[in-house]
Amino acid sequence: MAYETPQEYIKHHLTNLTYGKVPAGTPVCDSNANLTGETYQETSWIVATCYEELEAMGFWAFHIDSLGWSGFLGAVFILLFWLAARKAQAGVPTGFVNFIEIIVDFVDSQVRDTFHGKSKMIAPLALTIFCWVFLMNSVKLIPVDFVPGAAHWLGLEYFKIVPTVDPNITLSMSFCVLLLIIGFSIKAKGVGGFIAELTLQPFSSSNIVLKIILIPLNLVLELAALLAKPVSLGLRLFGNMYAGEFVFILAAALMGAWQVAVAWPWAVFHLLVITLQAFIFMMLTIVYLSLASEKH
Amino acid sequence: MSMNATLLGQAIWFALFVLFCMKLVWPPLVKALEERKQKIAEGLNAADRAERDLEQAQQKVSENLTEAKAKAAEIIEQANKRASQILEEAKVNARTEGERLIAKAQGEIEQEINQAREQLRKEVSVLALSGAEKVLGAEVNRDAHKQLLEQLAAEL
Repeated sequence: MAYETPQEYIKHHLTNLTYGKVPAGTPVCDSNANLTGETYQETSWIVATCYEELEAMGFWAFHIDSLGWSGFLGAVFILLFWLAARKAQAGVPTGFVNFIEIIVDFVDSQVRDTFHGKSKMIAPLALTIFCWVFLMNSVKLIPVDFVPGAAHWLGLEYFKIVPTVDPNITLSMSFCVLLLIIGFSIKAKGVGGFIAELTLQPFSSSNIVLKIILIPLNLVLELAALLAKPVSLGLRLFGNMYAGEFVFILAAALMGAWQVAVAWPWAVFHLLVITLQAFIFMMLTIVYLSLASEKH
Repeated sequence: MSMNATLLGQAIWFALFVLFCMKLVWPPLVKALEERKQKIAEGLNAADRAERDLEQAQQKVSENLTEAKAKAAEIIEQANKRASQILEEAKVNARTEGERLIAKAQGEIEQEINQAREQLRKEVSVLALSGAEKVLGAEVNRDAHKQLLEQLAAEL
């Protein structure tokens, strides 16, 4: 883990631990990220240890660190809330249960204010998104070299711990939301209603011929609007977290131990950003699903 | 920024955690909150009811109090009336009793006067007789002068 330049340090810290499929002919690296001069004789699944291997990977690659931390933090969320749920009763709540109930009540009231339909799914969905995204964001408050340093000591070349700094993670969640939007739309309006919504507006005419002519135009516009929702949702979270993480890494790369002078105030400020971004992701999910299940 | 199969992995996590939350976490928590809300509402209702009851009870108490006061006043008035009545009766009784006693005493006095008079009369007749005997120096025939004697006695 030697860094010649700050650029290299930053690039290294923004690289995921990846397990993926490399095609034949890819150069082989050793565990110190040095080329061995050999090449893979056939298509194989490997954990990448250098950029050459990473670049050779196509779609079939998994970011083990992102997925691991996101799964771990999701499990932490479920476990904490499940423990509270077991203890919850109608009497006077105490300490931990009370704290969990405050969060649940907060999310529940947001859902009630925004979503006017009836759905058993939307409130737990909002709670999961809020807490999970919050936990995934807050991992970035750990100083940037602690966990990657430990991972390196264990022999892992790359290790990026904040799942929401990985666009795969945020866009995956937002595209799950897109699937839910389509599902809610079809449930509320039927398949015909959903297709009509995509094709017969915003431009419509009472003339049947004109109406048919306008269908492609409407379809393009509405599909763009539909896709813009998850893309903006995922990229907003990713962008905010990436920018914040970038400042932490930059401070560490340029200032060494003096990074504390920059990283500490930035972390305090980020307490706000972390919570706000989790809240925005939750609120927009509720708003999109609410719009999807409303009849026009 | 490389898009890859991490997308799929995260989607599986997403579905899994949302499902867990829906099945295990959300229902008991919301149920507890709902139940507590209901409990609090019931408590508030009960408090309202108790307040209303208290008000009613207070009203009843004051009503009862007024009634009792009125009744007491009535009783006192009756008692007063009764007392004066008794007093009046007592007075009347006392007067009649007094009059009766006076009348009785007067009767007795009169009787005694009469007795004394009778006795006096007898004694006078005896004195008169003995006086006359001494005056006449002879025996007065009682039988012969009986009429005279009686006449004398009657005149006394």
